[in-house]
Formats: sequence, structure tokens, C-alpha cells
Amino acid sequence: MTGFITLLYKELLRFWKVGFQTILAPMVSTLLYLLIFFHVLEAHVEVYPNVPYTVFLIPGLVMMAVIQNAFANSSSSIIQSKISGNIVFILLSPLSYRAIFFAYILASIARGLLVGLGVYLVTLIFFEVPLQLPIWAFLFVILGSAILGAMGLIAGIWADKFDQLAAFQNFIILPLTFLSGVFYTVHSLPVSWQVLSHLNPFFYMIDGFRYGFFGVSDISPYVSLGIVAICLILISTFTIRLLRSGYKLRH
Amino acid sequence: MPPAIEIKQVCKRYGSFSALTDIDLEIHCGEFFALLGPNGAGKTTLISIIAGLSIANCGTAKVMGHNVTTSYQQARLNLGIVPQELVFDPFFTVREILRIQSGYYGIKDNTCWIDEIIERLDLTDKADANMRALSGGMKRRVLVAQALVHKPPVIILDEPTAGVDVELRQTLWEFIQQLNRDGHTVVLTTHYLEEAETLCNRVAMLKEGKIIALDNTQNLIGKLTSGNSLRLRLLPDTLPKSLQALQINHSGGMYELRINDYARMEFILSALRSEQIQILEMHLQQPDLEDVFVRLMRNG
Repeated sequence: MTGFITLLYKELLRFWKVGFQTILAPMVSTLLYLLIFFHVLEAHVEVYPNVPYTVFLIPGLVMMAVIQNAFANSSSSIIQSKISGNIVFILLSPLSYRAIFFAYILASIARGLLVGLGVYLVTLIFFEVPLQLPIWAFLFVILGSAILGAMGLIAGIWADKFDQLAAFQNFIILPLTFLSGVFYTVHSLPVSWQVLSHLNPFFYMIDGFRYGFFGVSDISPYVSLGIVAICLILISTFTIRLLRSGYKLRH
Repeated sequence: MPPAIEIKQVCKRYGSFSALTDIDLEIHCGEFFALLGPNGAGKTTLISIIAGLSIANCGTAKVMGHNVTTSYQQARLNLGIVPQELVFDPFFTVREILRIQSGYYGIKDNTCWIDEIIERLDLTDKADANMRALSGGMKRRVLVAQALVHKPPVIILDEPTAGVDVELRQTLWEFIQQLNRDGHTVVLTTHYLEEAETLCNRVAMLKEGKIIALDNTQNLIGKLTSGNSLRLRLLPDTLPKSLQALQINHSGGMYELRINDYARMEFILSALRSEQIQILEMHLQQPDLEDVFVRLMRNG
């Protein structure tokens, strides 16, 4: 247990020491999104009855910040360690594969939560954002950031260079995030896009998280919870197997 | 007690290239052992397999009786490795790194031992400096300290003195010798053969992924060299008939004579005196590990 706690502590300390870049910068960029969408669309779009567009947007943007930072945390930590070679200190240690997995995932959750909470608290200064069912919001934010933490771990292990990691981020994570209903409800989309959206696991994270705020969602939060939980189990199993196999870590 | 390191029939291939072939090796507890060979001989690959950084294609490797694959946690608890590459984590200070490394090995409070290794490796002034601020030699010391935080019974040093100054070498070897005297098994690879000869009881030499020599250091020197020799420049440049049977070489005006024991010296000197031949220059040459190494790498 000491090994796991130490690795978790090290991973937390790693991003905390560069908090300007890992916490503050993503908070600012998310708030800029909000400012721009508020300015351009506030008067034109109403997604849910009696919910201003900006207020509708806030949970989506918070979740987007959580997702992107959870992914960035584990992926950047692993690839930096791989490229600088200091991953050897973890590989030489008796840490179990599960301990390594859970330490990286919990650190990703922590960074995702910190950035998400930061964004949410700042928006509260300017807007009234209800949080009707906080347990639901909390469940989805934890599960969502855990999934992205695991995806970050996979991407970090797979990528040999920073541009491969950037490709993973730009061609997989970003489209899945932007096409998940952060900025709209799927009901506003054509049917074919609705079907595609339902194949995107990120959609269920955002929709379930938003349910925690408004008590309204595109589909049942129980269905979303089930799908997100299954995704987490599958991706976690895959990641632990990857670590155990030594893929791209042990030659 | 099981051997400190036990390697049986280990082989490692990268595609069609065979990095290690059928390696069998036992290193006993308390030994100071050298793993020698030219670049690309397979030393680091073998160490990586013992450390679990590489996975062997066949055979087994054990550390203190624990299989490095099936009982990897026990094997790694018993092993400390100083890697060849100068790697470091740029986010942390020396003390933080050592605390973190101790934690990986399940040690909650390791302050006393960390303070001791910091002092013994002359890192006290840099203990709270960020790793990025350290010189190459200092980083090398931290690597050694990291390998020792959990007091492993088996320590492997992969070219620990490559590119470091004389002072660090001395400090390092004094510390490592002390650890060896305390019962730690030490395995080292180095290109400085005089280090291996001075420090190590036993030597394995690798060439193209195979062990071509494995013996006590002095036995190897005795078996694989032609013994002591005497190099002489004479006036006149001629060798008495009675000494010609001892001649090994004559080049550049120097005669090289074989002397199996030092008593022969008197015989040689008196033969020269009786022929009134003057000695202008004289060197006694003792074979060393480097002679063995060069010979094996050329022919072995």
C-alpha cells in the first residue's frame, strides 16, 4: 500500500508543482469558451425550457475540462517519463501493475476534479447554476475522469513521441468530446447524427453529468451510468493487461 | 542460501538478431562480480532481464531465489540497479526523489538511511536542489543513491563510473566496497578494466551475446596470459645465446623475455653481465585483465 500511496503522491505533486500550466491555464481557456459562447449565442439559443444557454453550457464545459485534463495528466506523465527515461524508476520497483494503474488514474481524477471545480466556482460568480442532484454529477465526474485517465495511460504507453500523443488527443479525444453534446443536446441534431452520438461514450458522461445539474437529460441517467461504468470496467481491464504485458515499457 | 543471481539458459532475440544466447551464470552471495565485454556484447541486455526491464525469450533468471517474472515483486525488493543512462525526474529535489524511491519499495520513513547515503555519496550540499540543477557527476551519485534506498542484498551497477571524475570514482568505490564487506552482492559492468581487476573476485566476459570466459580474476589472468615478462634495451643490441630460449619478442630495439618466476631475474642479469652487455632500459611487465580481455576479444 505504501508503494501505491507514494506513486499517487508523486503524481499529485508532479502536476501541483506546475499548477500554473496544469490547473490555472485550462481553467482560463474553458472560461474563455464560456465568454465567447455567452456573447455570441446567449440571445439566440434555448436548449432546455427556462434554462439560459450559458447556464446549459456550463456543466458541459466543466465536464469537458475534467475530461481533457484527466487525459492530459496521465498521458503527459507517462510519455515524459518514457522519453526522459525516468520511467525506469517505476519499472524497477516492486510496485504491482494494479498499484501503478490506480495511482495514475486517481491522480488524473484529482486533476480533472480540481480544474472542473475551479471552472464551476468561477462561473458561480457570474451565473446562477443549479446543482439539483450533486450525487449524480459527482458520480459522472469521477467515472468520466477515470475513463479518460485510463485512456491517457494507454495513449502515453502507446506513443513513442509527443506528436503521436498529440495525434491521439486531436483525432480521438477532441472529436469525441466536441461531438458529445457539450454545446448542444442531441435532440437538436439530425437523426443520423443522433445515432452516431449514441455510439460515443463521452455523450453519456456529459448527459449524465448535466442531469446532476438540471434533473433533465437526453436519455435516462441510469442508462448513462450503466454505459459509463461498463466502459470504465472494460478500459481499466485493458489498461491493466497492457501494463502487465509490458507493451512498449518492457522490451 | 540461494545464489544472489541465477541465470539458466537465457536467450534474448530482437527480430533475427540474437542479443543473448544460452546464458548460464550463477553469482554467489557476497561476491564482487564483474560483467565485462565490448559495446554490444549483451551486458546491459542481461542486466535488463535480471531487472525485469526486458523479457527473455527463453530461460529463467532469479534474484535471491525469486524468479524475476513470476515473483517479480520479491525479486525487485532484493535488487538495486544503477542504470547506465543518466536519467532523472526533473520535477523533484534529490531528497524528494530518494523519499519517493523509498516509498516505491514500501518504506514509509527512511530518513536516517537517506541522510546516510546522501552523506556517504557527498550529496549533502545538493540534497535540496532540483535534479535539473545538478552536474552529470552529481546526477550519477543520485542514481547510485536511488538504487540503495531499500538496502538491497544485490546491487548491480551498469557502468557507474562512465564519464565521472576521479574523486567520485574513489568515493563511490569506497562506499560500494563497504557495502560488499557488509554482505551485499555487487555486480558491475565497466570499461575500466583496472577497476574490475582491483575490485572483483570473479569475472564473466561476454562477446556477441555469449559468455566466453567465467572464472576467478587471478585464474583468468594466469590461464590466459603468458605470464610476467621483462623488456630490455641492451648495448650492444644483442641477446646472449643462453637467454634466447626466453625471448618472446624483439621490436623497436627492445627484447621481451618471459620470466615465470622472479628468481629468473638473477639468471638473466648474470648472463648479461658475463657477456658485458649493458642494460640501457628495463621494464617488468605483469599481465592484467586488459591483456586477457584483448586476447579473448580478438580470438575468443
